[in-house]
Amino acid sequence: MSLDLGPMILNVKNLKKEFEERSVLKGIDLEVYRGQIVALIGSSGSGKSTLLRCINLLEEISDGQIFLNDEDISDPRVNQDLIRRQIGLVFQAYNLFAHLSILENITLALKHVQGLDSETAKAKAFGLLERIGLADKADSYPDKLSGGQQQRTAIMRAVALEPKLLLLDEVTSALDPELVGEVLELIRDLKAGGTSILMATHELTFARDVADWVVFLDGGVIIEEGPAKEFFNNPQNPRTIEFLTRLRRRAGDA
Amino acid sequence: MSNDKALPVELSEIERNRRAFRKSRKQRSTLVALVSTLGFAVIAWLSLVNSPGWDRVQQSFFDWNTFTTALPLVLDGLLLNLRVLFFSAIGVLIFGLLLALLRTLRSPIFTPIRLLVRGYVDLFRGLPLIIVLYLVGFGIPGLRLEFLGRIPAEVLGTIALILTYSAYVAEVFRAGIEAVHPSQRLAARSLGLTYSQSMRLVVLPQALRKVAPPLMNDFVSLQKDVGLISVLGAVDAVRAAQIQVAHFANFTPYIVAGLLFVLLAIPTVRLADYFTTRLAKREQAGGVL
Repeated sequence: MSLDLGPMILNVKNLKKEFEERSVLKGIDLEVYRGQIVALIGSSGSGKSTLLRCINLLEEISDGQIFLNDEDISDPRVNQDLIRRQIGLVFQAYNLFAHLSILENITLALKHVQGLDSETAKAKAFGLLERIGLADKADSYPDKLSGGQQQRTAIMRAVALEPKLLLLDEVTSALDPELVGEVLELIRDLKAGGTSILMATHELTFARDVADWVVFLDGGVIIEEGPAKEFFNNPQNPRTIEFLTRLRRRAGDA
Repeated sequence: MSNDKALPVELSEIERNRRAFRKSRKQRSTLVALVSTLGFAVIAWLSLVNSPGWDRVQQSFFDWNTFTTALPLVLDGLLLNLRVLFFSAIGVLIFGLLLALLRTLRSPIFTPIRLLVRGYVDLFRGLPLIIVLYLVGFGIPGLRLEFLGRIPAEVLGTIALILTYSAYVAEVFRAGIEAVHPSQRLAARSLGLTYSQSMRLVVLPQALRKVAPPLMNDFVSLQKDVGLISVLGAVDAVRAAQIQVAHFANFTPYIVAGLLFVLLAIPTVRLADYFTTRLAKREQAGGVL
């Protein structure tokens, strides 16, 4: 890894996850340092989403440990709600609350989790919407927005709580190609602002340009990982090469 | 891959400790639940038997001899309730679904039908069941339609139950139909299915799954309301109990009838719970939350 690393935000040690008889993650070791973007790539079913859900304690892990800032968050004694407040998660399908305006989507947790008063929460949410150019849509409901606008709102909903770590689960996969750019642009912004991000993605170009570290996951194990440029320019493992070729060819078709 | 199977022997020390901790937590919760339930039961029992009039209440409501004598007669009456329940449940399902479907028709030609159905639903949801029972039970025979012959009280009671419950169930069905996401309808119509085809093949199957729990709730409610047909003179469980109460000058037969109705309801309630959880498992991926 590159030289001047900040403090370690996330440390996953030998994480295993089994669903009934099926083993989905078979011993994952992963580190995220402050201000880094780590990109998880791999085909569907490789375990990327499961890994993110385990880190956010949305799934109970079968073995191994997860540390957030040196605290073992996989210990059953921790207060899981308090941990989740420190980790943001953005979903592929946005998952905005359909019964709330986009402003209210952002203020909900500010008010009920952080305990901000209504005015402060509104002002903060409005500021965030301004940052993504959606201030004029503040009172619209999610259904009236484009996918890109919804996803940017969803990212801001997570960012509003100032999480120590932001998890992005294929946030551009459900979007029209022309809308992908605006969401990636926002992620680039967040990185510039110092947010630590772990993202599952199929956007190889973006991963190469913006990520600090790339992890290739296949069949529940890490096949290969490394600094983004090195990883993409000179992949070592034949399975990595095959995956990258396949994805690039498909991108070329489109 | 064939070696995907989970092998518990490979668990690390940390994971074994975590599992042990979770297990001990679980055992503690069970113990707390047990102790608090027992404690509550004991307090309730003691305050009951120590109340000043308990002896007299015990004699007139919980007399064992009356209980055993009344049981077979009340059971006999319950068979009538079951028959009424069976026919009215089927009637309610058919009539209620029909009303719901009529209410969702969009075309302007059907406006009078829609209005009529709406009026019907408003009327019968507003009318107390007992008044419907009186109106049907004494009104229809009062018309002196000779060709119908003498209609037994239980049949009239069944009709009244169907009239009232269909109005409720129609609203449950309608809510279910409207809760199916519009995109499902669009997808069905885009394939070239007609309105009624998309309703029958796509919307209704999803709607029925959604409304199964509230329907079961209405069924439980119907199960006890069949006892009301006794006001028309049909000798059902409630009526049989009433006769025994008059005979023994003791209220125990009511307890008998009450117990039988509760016993009848328990399997239905459990079934409803089972349906609800199975549905939740099948259609939602929620993780540990």
